[in-house]
Amino acid sequence: MREATADRAHSASYTYLICVAAWAFPGVGHLLLGRMQKGLTFLITLPLMFAFGLWLEGRLFPINRFDQPLVVLAGLADLGIGVPFFVARALQLGAGRVVALTYEYGNAFLIVAGLMNMLVVLDAFDVAQGRK
Amino acid sequence: MTHASHAGLMIMFALFVSIVFATLMRDDPKEQLFFGGQLFVAFVVGGIALGWILYFFPL
Repeated sequence: MREATADRAHSASYTYLICVAAWAFPGVGHLLLGRMQKGLTFLITLPLMFAFGLWLEGRLFPINRFDQPLVVLAGLADLGIGVPFFVARALQLGAGRVVALTYEYGNAFLIVAGLMNMLVVLDAFDVAQGRK
Repeated sequence: MTHASHAGLMIMFALFVSIVFATLMRDDPKEQLFFGGQLFVAFVVGGIALGWILYFFPL
């Protein structure tokens, strides 16, 4: 069942504001649009998955290694989670320990959390546009 | 991370992805629960099946 508050289209500037908020803090875009249940689910699940990836000793890839395109793509995917990425970097987490048993699992958790947050941003955009 | 098992991590990954996809793709909480359950089972069973298939084709 849809919440009624987001059934109308919003102005372009508000839509982009929603998208930025949705990227920066997973789930906040949906919360601002009145979709509380979805917003809370994303707000809990995505940062938890990201934190799990850090705990598993995954690596936050750099986005300025242009000699290694796949590393840049992984870095962009990591960046998709928004503010938690910068918080982790500030706390010097996500260095990645290649010899750890869980290193690749950690990378998978970090990358997929970022990619899924990008999907959440697109969903918030559709809702703000009145398409959903 | 000394106590992590491959199966446990795969199940945890499937759980996170199922929750997010089900929440994205369904609006009604009951439908989310049902669809999320289906996704979760598909991920876990698919992962185990793929693991057994690869067992017979060692690199």
